[in-house]
Amino acid sequence: MEAMNSTTASAQTQLLEVSLGPQHPSTHGVFRMNATLDGETIVKLKPVLGYLHRNHEQIGESITYIASFPFTDRLDYFCAMSNNLGLALAIEKLGGIPVSERGEYLRVIMAELTRLVNHTAITGFLLNDMGAFGTPLLYAFREREKILDLFEAASGSRMMCNYIRPGGVRQDVPPGWLEQVRQLVDGYPTFLDEFEQLLTENEIVKQRTQHVGVLPKELATNASVTGPLLRACGVNYDVRKVDGYSIYPRFAFKVPLGTIGDVYDRYYLRILEMRESVKILQQALKEINTASPSISPKGQAMVKAPRTFRPPKGEAYGRIEAPKGELGFFLVSDGTPQPYRYHIRSPSFVNLTVLEDMCLGQKVADAIIILGSIDIVLGEVDR
Amino acid sequence: MALVGKGVLQGMGLTLRTFLETYPWGRGLLRVLGRSIKDGLVTVQYPDVKQQHHERFRYFPFLVYDGAPENLRCVSCKICEQECPPQCIHIVGPAKDEQGRPLKANGRTYPVKFDIDVSICMSCRICVDVCPFDAIEMDNQYELSGMDRFDAMNFTKEKLLKSNEYFQQIKPTEAGEVDQRLAAKAAKASPKPAGAPPQNPAAPTP
Repeated sequence: MEAMNSTTASAQTQLLEVSLGPQHPSTHGVFRMNATLDGETIVKLKPVLGYLHRNHEQIGESITYIASFPFTDRLDYFCAMSNNLGLALAIEKLGGIPVSERGEYLRVIMAELTRLVNHTAITGFLLNDMGAFGTPLLYAFREREKILDLFEAASGSRMMCNYIRPGGVRQDVPPGWLEQVRQLVDGYPTFLDEFEQLLTENEIVKQRTQHVGVLPKELATNASVTGPLLRACGVNYDVRKVDGYSIYPRFAFKVPLGTIGDVYDRYYLRILEMRESVKILQQALKEINTASPSISPKGQAMVKAPRTFRPPKGEAYGRIEAPKGELGFFLVSDGTPQPYRYHIRSPSFVNLTVLEDMCLGQKVADAIIILGSIDIVLGEVDR
Repeated sequence: MALVGKGVLQGMGLTLRTFLETYPWGRGLLRVLGRSIKDGLVTVQYPDVKQQHHERFRYFPFLVYDGAPENLRCVSCKICEQECPPQCIHIVGPAKDEQGRPLKANGRTYPVKFDIDVSICMSCRICVDVCPFDAIEMDNQYELSGMDRFDAMNFTKEKLLKSNEYFQQIKPTEAGEVDQRLAAKAAKASPKPAGAPPQNPAAPTP
């Protein structure tokens, strides 16, 4: 240490500021990291947000409750279905709307398929960030596309589904759709095995990700981090188990946990979560036939006349375990067709707050994969 | 440490197999080697080959008419304009004569202008859900680009009008349901015209 100081005293080194983004392929959107580097080591990192701000909450306060659904599709554009579900739960709580059995099953099927879509895609993107350009991402997208095809058959759109409504879903699924899902779900573990063969034991992946971006348990809980990022640290917190919303308590599934909370844990946790999702889907597909065929207890009332829906004065918070973490919708009603206050607790945004703590002391190339492992979507961060 | 690199080689093997599966000769080779084969080709060459869309695929709304374009179902009630989340629908109407009385075609009022801005529309289908007359439906045409930023992107009533036969052709299930619903409504209204649904602005005023 002494020797180093003597040499640097004459060489006059200084810190270098690098602006990663907002137009950078690895930032998953328009996000900027102002990193201060000492050589290649990060000593300070400042996230700059807001490039994709679209005023979603304010718009939500000027339109009816139902008209907010297409906007929630565009929050986290990978998980349109689960975003719809979050808002639907909040509205149901606010207005005291009962949900039909079949609607519940269809919602769970959609939400778990969304989890498969998100985790598959994010694993591909993570590898893309590491420099495995193309191959894992395209394998992931090949599978994702199959699920998006099913979404298109059910809702009319691959990504901007706008399908779930308070009280159920907008339309019943077309005939034969459940059979297609069953086939896909039964085949999914094979794909996961293949994917794991490609990545899990790969020495290069291990070298790049193990002990990189470690997030301590205490910091994670204090920063209210949720989702796979929190569970990779070993904290057992899953809203599906804790809150038991919708009909999740009926299904037997485990909550996988990581050990030290590095990037590798987060990658592997997502693979395990997908395997659990497959289990939930298989149970739901088995049980859905026993539910009554009506998709919504009040017919299509919530679809046809949005302006007649005036929930009583009060407030409600509906939350779900979105693929990225706890997604919450907070609604305050003043008795008019529009919400008085409409707030979103988005997992991407909250999880991003620990970015600097994970990046300090790491190399600049690791900052990219740490950001990739948080799994952010800028549509949700900036709203 | 003798096994270092095994994971990488395994992954490479998988990549090679997937590569071979995308070519006919590669599939032939795999068949000779006795491996299980699936068709690895999952993409289509877009402008030449088009993907088959599902029946519910929605892209942009259109106005339905029965028989002749003058006989459009829209009565210019402006519910869709009001409920459209991005506010891309602009309606002028209903059409009126000099005394301010609504003009009617086939017993229904009709809009003077009905414009939808393609560049703003986000294909959410809420206009279809809220329309009480089943006058607006979703089209599955998605190649709507134009050479001009304003006029070409603003679809007027003439451009939006499409026949019910077209609707039946692109979405047989949904059109069948709509036709049934309308027939039931007509059967209910025809025995005594005075008992038309109260929300119907086309109800005759003496």
